[in-house]
Amino acid sequence: MSLVDRVRALLGSDAVDLAATPDGVPRVAPASPDAVALLLGTAREEGWRLRVEGAGTWLPADAPADLALTTRRLDKIPAIEPQDLSATAEAGIGCDVLRQQLADRGTWLALDPPGLAGRTLGSVVATASSGPLRQGFGPVRDHLLGVTFVTGDGRVVQSGGKVVKNVAGYDLTKLEAGGFGAFGVIVLVHLRLRALPRADQTLVLEGTREDLTQVAEDIAAAGLQPAALELMSPALARRERWALAVRFAGSAALVAADEAGLRAATGGRFTALRADEAHGCWMRAAESFATRPVTFRVGGLPDSSDELLDLLQHQVGDEWVSASPGVGAIRWGGETTVDRLRRLRRTLAGLEVPLTVERAAWPLRAAVGHFGAYREGAGPLIAGLRRTFDPGEAFVVAVEGTE
Amino acid sequence: MTPPSPSQSDSLVDALAGIVGARHVRTALPERMTYARDGLPTHRRVPGVVVLPGQRDEVIAVVRLLATLGVPLVPRGAGTGLSGGALADGDAVLIVLTRLNRILKIDPRNRLAVVEPGVVNVRLSAAAAPHGLHYTPDPSSQTACTIGGNVAENSGGPHCLKYGVTANHVLALEVVLADGRVVELGSPGGEPWGPDLVGLFVGSEGNFGIATRITVRLLPVPRAIRTQLADFDSLRTAGEAVSAVIASGIVPAALEMMDQSCIRAVEDSVYAAGYPRDAAAVLLVELDGGSDAAVEADAATVAEILRSHGARAVRTAADAAERERLWLGRKKAFGAMGRLSRDLVVQDAVVPRSALPDVLETIGEIGARYGLTVSNVFHAGDGNLHPNISFDGRVPGLKARVDAASGEIMTACIAAGGTITGEHGVGLDKLRYMPLIFDGDSLAAMRAVRRVWDPEERVNPGKVVPIHACREWYGSRNAERGTRNGFAPSGSAFRVSRSAFAP
Repeated sequence: MSLVDRVRALLGSDAVDLAATPDGVPRVAPASPDAVALLLGTAREEGWRLRVEGAGTWLPADAPADLALTTRRLDKIPAIEPQDLSATAEAGIGCDVLRQQLADRGTWLALDPPGLAGRTLGSVVATASSGPLRQGFGPVRDHLLGVTFVTGDGRVVQSGGKVVKNVAGYDLTKLEAGGFGAFGVIVLVHLRLRALPRADQTLVLEGTREDLTQVAEDIAAAGLQPAALELMSPALARRERWALAVRFAGSAALVAADEAGLRAATGGRFTALRADEAHGCWMRAAESFATRPVTFRVGGLPDSSDELLDLLQHQVGDEWVSASPGVGAIRWGGETTVDRLRRLRRTLAGLEVPLTVERAAWPLRAAVGHFGAYREGAGPLIAGLRRTFDPGEAFVVAVEGTE
Repeated sequence: MTPPSPSQSDSLVDALAGIVGARHVRTALPERMTYARDGLPTHRRVPGVVVLPGQRDEVIAVVRLLATLGVPLVPRGAGTGLSGGALADGDAVLIVLTRLNRILKIDPRNRLAVVEPGVVNVRLSAAAAPHGLHYTPDPSSQTACTIGGNVAENSGGPHCLKYGVTANHVLALEVVLADGRVVELGSPGGEPWGPDLVGLFVGSEGNFGIATRITVRLLPVPRAIRTQLADFDSLRTAGEAVSAVIASGIVPAALEMMDQSCIRAVEDSVYAAGYPRDAAAVLLVELDGGSDAAVEADAATVAEILRSHGARAVRTAADAAERERLWLGRKKAFGAMGRLSRDLVVQDAVVPRSALPDVLETIGEIGARYGLTVSNVFHAGDGNLHPNISFDGRVPGLKARVDAASGEIMTACIAAGGTITGEHGVGLDKLRYMPLIFDGDSLAAMRAVRRVWDPEERVNPGKVVPIHACREWYGSRNAERGTRNGFAPSGSAFRVSRSAFAP
């Protein structure tokens, strides 16, 4: 029996799409977590290698594999609890659909990951892709109450739960968030929500990068706590010069006070955007990263943002750059080579700054890896964790690269 | 158990003394008994040897020595934990980290600090205060508990409602693994270096190794604060008011509840805060932010929500002194409850916030059925309950009743969609409840992860994961031969007989 026939026998003929992928790898779309477990259990027995896909809008679907497992049929939202500000959603739900359903219930997931609006929740969690809102609401992991995932040998594992505080057992959710799928297929996510902000105001200032970096420091020194404080390159902001976008979200009183504080701290130089302009500004910036051949993120310190931006400009250019100077995080998009990325990563490692490749074609991913070399001592731990959750090496993930 | 070998014990003690100095190795029974409990009175274990290293390198040398000899070890901070998590058996060495108490760096520009594990929580905030910064996780024991212990337990505290628990504030760690290897996890900016091993380590209850350097995030001290006290005629009404505040979209810095039993214990103590003694419950609500006007406006909205949901009165602290008094009553409530009886079990569970009214009633019914005094003082905004059972452990049969009532309370919280611990950890105390919330595969996965960090399961053995409930996991079969978490006593070079006083 062929591999495809075997999968059809397991999951039903409608779960397999033979012609869907550009490279002809059969795509399987299990309709339940149990079906994912069945498939992966069989993959372990048969030695099949799989790549995991969501909506196919972020990571190129090009990893060499026997099967492509897509989560797109895992698209249910079993629970939204406005009173508890929590929700449970399957991993294949599109972020746009999820966002709308949450808003209909007066709730908000304060994450604005890069990519197209329909990017799946599972993809965002697996890659730990936060956006400008990380300034006010933290990285992806801070929004997760728990996950259910399926290991490479088909076991279903739960971590965390549905409540907002939970220290029962080891926090395996942290391993799944940002594990790039190397430790299991995320099938279900329990989310921490916020109430939909009553007021949400974005203000923008154009200028030189140096000038705007100083303004960002002034904002931090004034004790303002914006939801987002993002420095965007001209191409990304679709403006003549660099732009510093500030977003305040919360109660009307809080946002009004923050706006007044911003005026006081910066001399009233910012321009307030209308709601539709603000939506367009943030959405375009997020989507731009889905259209560049390569996207990576670096995590430095707030006071190193300027130095890191200089370094990027020097080594790989700075046409498509978005930086959160308040937290030291920078996202870069553009074209580059394996050698340049390796050199940049080595330089950054000397500064104690990790570089994580978020998006690239398989040859580059395979060569440099999402993470590259680990710091001393961590490699054996990570290798051990991979063996634990994927003993048969079923998942095709370019974790370390080949250097 | 194999009889102790005095020569091996002596050689181990000598070797430990050679590393940390003889005065920092405790072997006499009365000294070891000092470490036989943590903050939970229902568990008691006397460690074989207690060692107090004073430097990071001494920790590494001690761990390497114990690895060479195959001796189990248990890391311990100030011993304020509430799950029996830092107790060591007679065949283990307890490594007390309170002498590693240096604040190595405060970086105001990047709002971070690097500390040793034995730094007392509140001391870090005091050191950061001149820079207008503080360390926000604030367990009730913050005047005694250590940052290292907070990392091990992923500790919370009242202000975690707005600012998050310990895991949200730890950026990087230096960890000594079970075999003595040292690994650097995370980065000072908080971006993981590969998979998020910092996030995985925080809350691992000492099973993954010993954190010897901890980089934490500091936050600005809020410029504006309003602290409100609202009192209610019934627990249910107070619980409903909590849900209403949360659903309003305003996120208080803290939202705490105390019931009448707790209120009266506080008011009868030196920590009397002026809580109304006739109230069935009080809510302590704190709002903070960078702007006085905004915080004032939000406080007015919250006060209105509280009144419209049944508050008899809402009082705002007039000044810093009154605010501190209101908080002192809350933070010392556990101490005040010492007045009620000789022993106190501080329980810890979490329920969805909307379930609070029902669950509080159920807890009251369970207490009444078992004839026990149950007081509630807890983080209502997080749904993090602390039902406290006062009892006298000397009364025959009473401890068994307390255990049974605790079990029923946990079952009720799980049935409401909650979990068995929100901030105290599993330790020894909650092991029996783990199979109620995790299936065999999930427990086995946890155990397999632990064995990646500590293949012999020698660090803080017997905690967190109930081995009997784990399904078999790839690669872990060979661990089943031991008697406790796979640790095989016949391989140990060290024996100290259990104390006659130990259980």
